[in-house]
Amino acid sequence: MAIATYSSAEQYNFDIVKKFAIMALVWAVVGMSVGVYIASELAWPFLNFDSPYFSFGRFRPVHTSAVIFGFGGSALFATSYYVVQRTCQTRLALEGMASFTFWGWQAVIVLAALSYLMGYSQGREYAEMEWPIDILVEAVWVSYLLVFVGTIMRRKQPHIYVANWFYLAFILATALLHTFNNLAMPINLFSMKSYSLFSGTQDAMTQWWYGHNAVGFFLTAAFLGMMYYFVPKQAGRPIYSYRLSIVHFWALSFMYMWVGAHHLHWTALPDWTSTLAATFSILLLMPSWGGMINGIMTLSGAWDKLRTDPVMRFLIVALSFYGMSTFEGPMMSLKEVNALSHYTDWPVGHVHSGALGWVAMISFGSLYHMIPKLWDAKLYSTKLVEAHFWLATIGILLYIIAMWISGITQGLMGRATDEFGNLQYSFVESVAAMMPFYMMRAIGGAFFLTGVLLMVYNIYKTIRLAKLEEAALEARLASKMVNVGA
Amino acid sequence: MEWLNWFSRPENTKPLALLIFFVTFVGIVLYVYGSKKRSKRLESYKDIPFQDDARDNKDDK
Repeated sequence: MAIATYSSAEQYNFDIVKKFAIMALVWAVVGMSVGVYIASELAWPFLNFDSPYFSFGRFRPVHTSAVIFGFGGSALFATSYYVVQRTCQTRLALEGMASFTFWGWQAVIVLAALSYLMGYSQGREYAEMEWPIDILVEAVWVSYLLVFVGTIMRRKQPHIYVANWFYLAFILATALLHTFNNLAMPINLFSMKSYSLFSGTQDAMTQWWYGHNAVGFFLTAAFLGMMYYFVPKQAGRPIYSYRLSIVHFWALSFMYMWVGAHHLHWTALPDWTSTLAATFSILLLMPSWGGMINGIMTLSGAWDKLRTDPVMRFLIVALSFYGMSTFEGPMMSLKEVNALSHYTDWPVGHVHSGALGWVAMISFGSLYHMIPKLWDAKLYSTKLVEAHFWLATIGILLYIIAMWISGITQGLMGRATDEFGNLQYSFVESVAAMMPFYMMRAIGGAFFLTGVLLMVYNIYKTIRLAKLEEAALEARLASKMVNVGA
Repeated sequence: MEWLNWFSRPENTKPLALLIFFVTFVGIVLYVYGSKKRSKRLESYKDIPFQDDARDNKDDK
């Protein structure tokens, strides 16, 4: 293998990485606060205040957009710009365009949130933004692709490290998904309202082709890119098997594209499409677990780090949740299991075991590793990281256990019949049975949010101390210069 | 263009797709694990994240 010559004088563009990293934390607080609020609305409905502006229906997309695109997206921009520079050993290309991706992306999140509160929505899950915002997303995303590919093209390292493959697959797939899912005709040029180019089953199929691949490429492949860089770096040892990572990449990228239709079992969708999606979902277990094993086995021979390093614990527990939710997902895609689980709280629990357990935990671990390096500082408190870890873990467990019980109860109540074959329970009876679990879920969310607030404080202190140290150093240097001059 | 109709029949395209994807997958696995020399080269790439450690060491100070 050719070893690239690396000049220590080479400077990376960390400014853009810092901005995205900070905004990831800001959006984590905003998005998760809204999440806890809407979970509380379900447990204590008076919180809707009989106002459309406070209603669950408007706040829900604010929550999902702020956590997925605001927090997750900003964390991905930050880490991808960091990883691509460090593994290609070159400075970020097209810096003006990179800056546009930052301001453009933040504008997207703010505009989306405002538009949802005002009642504008396409009614497409995770793609509720109306057409003007969709066009802005497109512009930002194409710029992102150019910056990322431009950086890879000027690399000093001959080989493109596997983390960049995952990031690139995420960027390309998201461009494709976003474009086709949002093909719509505005009712006029000055109206936010538009109608989808597809209709009926095709429309539902397009939506879920997008929806599940948003999970597959935005929330999985991209964060695997994060994993392939930050797990080895934090562990201080290379990834367990590079060859396995190659098979992992190709198998995962190929298989995810086919599984979206498992969201539409038992609908007007042709049965063969449903079966195809379920089959690929089961097959997906193999690359998913291959990747998980590759990540976890990186710690082989250094398991003690799990006891001593709370950042490592975030990363490894994230992989464990990744393994768990990628087992649960294929199981739920089986038509018989889906008949029970669909239209209940179980999928909500499943999504959050992936979103909180995998996406958020791997992001926290990566940000805890990266932020001190960006500001050339030491983390302010590892005790706070430890507290964050436990709050997050307990929060996730409370959340997903509540949703399992609630979802399975709903499913069973929905299909229960009396001796005459009539439905045994009305819908409202199932809602009443859910209340204790909705409270438990809100408490779980509050635990998770508290952990994030600890992280924000820890990071704030880390950066503040780094700046104070830098100022003190500069002052010492200046006084030395004055003394030399005198 | 009559020959294109052949692709419109699932009984043709299903085994064809299976064949293409299976051969591609086996090809990738053979490429990745098939040669000791190539395996060694591929595994050497796992060290890339550590090749700019000089900067990290500087950062840690």
